[in-house]
Amino acid sequence: MINSFRKNIKGIVIEGITLVSAIIIIAIVIIMLVVIFIGGKSQLSWEFLTSFPTEGMTKGGIFPAIYGTALLVIIMSIAAVPFGTITAIYLTEYAKENSIIAKTIRFAVRTLAVIPSIIYGLFGLGFFIKFVGANVDSAFYGGTLRWGQPNLLWASLTMALLTLPVVIVSVEEALKTVPQELRAASLALGATKWQTIWKIVLPGSLSGIMTGTILAVSRGAGEVAPILFTGAAYYLATLPGISDQFMVLGYHIYVLTTQSANVDQTLPIQFGTTCVLLLLTFTLNMSAVVLRYRIRKKKNH
Amino acid sequence: MIVEKIHTENMFLYYSGKMALNNISIQIPEKKVTAFIGPSGCGKSTFLRSLNRMNDLIDGVKIEGKVMIDSVNIYDKNIDVVNLRKKVGMVFQKSNPFAKSIYENIAYGPKINGINNKHQLDEIVETALKNAAIWDEVKDRLGDSALGLSGGQQQRLCIARTLAVNPEIVLMDEPASALDPLSTAKIEELIVQLKEHYTIVIVTHNMQQAARISDNTAFFYLGELIEYDKTRKIFTNPEKKQTEDYITGRFG
Repeated sequence: MINSFRKNIKGIVIEGITLVSAIIIIAIVIIMLVVIFIGGKSQLSWEFLTSFPTEGMTKGGIFPAIYGTALLVIIMSIAAVPFGTITAIYLTEYAKENSIIAKTIRFAVRTLAVIPSIIYGLFGLGFFIKFVGANVDSAFYGGTLRWGQPNLLWASLTMALLTLPVVIVSVEEALKTVPQELRAASLALGATKWQTIWKIVLPGSLSGIMTGTILAVSRGAGEVAPILFTGAAYYLATLPGISDQFMVLGYHIYVLTTQSANVDQTLPIQFGTTCVLLLLTFTLNMSAVVLRYRIRKKKNH
Repeated sequence: MIVEKIHTENMFLYYSGKMALNNISIQIPEKKVTAFIGPSGCGKSTFLRSLNRMNDLIDGVKIEGKVMIDSVNIYDKNIDVVNLRKKVGMVFQKSNPFAKSIYENIAYGPKINGINNKHQLDEIVETALKNAAIWDEVKDRLGDSALGLSGGQQQRLCIARTLAVNPEIVLMDEPASALDPLSTAKIEELIVQLKEHYTIVIVTHNMQQAARISDNTAFFYLGELIEYDKTRKIFTNPEKKQTEDYITGRFG
C-alpha cells in the first residue's frame, strides 16, 4: 500500500519536473519574442527599413545594415553553394563510401561545423586579408592598401567557409533521396555518369540544395563573429561596394548596445534592428523547414 | 537461320572474392527470347547484369573469362561502356520511371545521344510507345508525369524508354514480378512481339512465364549453369535431375 503510494508520488514528481522543464523552454521563447516585438513594434516602418541612421545613430533607419546583410549573404551563397554542392556530389556520387578520402572529407566537414565562429573570423583576417589580400596588393597595386584590409568580399568568403558544412550536409542528404534505381535506369540507357548526375540526380535534389542555401543564408545573416575582423563597419555614410567595409544587422545591434555615445537613446533602434534580424532568420528557417518536410514526404512515397 | 548474338566462355564472377558465377558458357541466339530460371541467389540476375556491365556499379565485382556480344569481348579494355549500354538495354524488376513527363522519359535516351530535333524526337517517342504497346493509353497525356501511371503502365513505359535508344538486345530482370496478372499478360504478349526486332534475355521466377514466352531456357543453380536447351525440352524432358526437381517444384 505504502510502497505503491511512494511509487505513485515518484511518478508524479518526475512527470512534474519534465513538464516544468518543457514549460520553461517555451516560456523563454515566448518572453524573448514578446519583449522584442513589443520593444521593436513602434520602430518597424517603411521609413525605418529604408533610411540611413541619423543623429549619431539615435534616430533614423537601418537601411545600410539591411543592404550590407543582403550583399553579405548573396556573395556568401555564390561562393558556398556551388562549392558545397560539388563536394556533396563527390561524396555521394563518386567517392566510395568507406574510402579514406571520403572519410577524411567527412571528418573535415564535421570539424568545420564545430569550430567556434570567432576562429573563422581570425582565419579570415589571417588568410584572406593578411595573406591573399596583401599579396594581391603587392602584386597588382604596388603595395597600396586596397585588398589587404577588411571588406565585403573577405567577410563574405569567411562566412562562406562557416556555412559550408550546412550546405554540404543538406545537399548530401538530398542527393541520397534520389533512388538508386533512377541512376541505374539512366546509366542503362547509355548515359554517362555526369549526364546522370546533371539530368537525373541534381534535378531530383533541387529542393535539398535550396534548403541548404536557405539554412546557410539564415546562419550567415545572424553571425557576427566571423565578420568582426574581416569587414563589418561601425557606421558608413554610403552604401558599400565589394572592396569596402559594410554595415550589417547583427553587428549593428552590438554597436548600438555597447559602442554608442548614448546607449539609452538608441534603445528603440536596438529593439527595431533585433526585430528585423529575428524576422529575417525566422522566415528563412521556416521556409527551410517547409522545404525539408516536402523532401521527406516525397522520399516516403 | 540462327545467328549467335551473345556468347560467354568459361566466365566466372566474384563478389569481393566470393564466387557468384562458376564457369558459365552459353550461346544466346539473335531475335529469340531466352529465359534464365532458377531459385533466388542462383546467379541468374547477376549473369544478366554482366551482359551490359551494370555490375560495374557494384564495388568489388571481378569477372574472368569471355563475354562476347557480336563476337566482341565486352570486358576488353577499349570497350566504351556507354556505347555498350546503348546497344544492350535493360528493363528492371521495379519499374523506375524518372520524375519527368511521359514524353521526357522516352526522349531522355535519344536526347543524351544528341538528338535534339523536336520533330525527330516526337517520332521516336511515338514509335517507342507504340512498340511497347502503351501508345493508345498515353497518347493524350504525354505531358503528364510518368509517376501517375499504374504499375503495369510504368513498366511498359520503361520498356518503351529502353526501345527509344534503339538497342539490339533487351535484358529484362523479372520485369513482371511486381505486376498483377493482367499487366503481366500484357508484358508477356509484348515480349513475344519484341523478339521480331530484338534479342530478348529475361530473368524470371515464374516458370509458366518462361514456358509461355521463351524459345530457350537456361537453368541456373548455385552460380552454375546446370542446363540450357530449347524451352520445350527443358520443361518436358530435362536432361538433369536438378532441372527436373526445380521445374516440378520439388525445391526452389
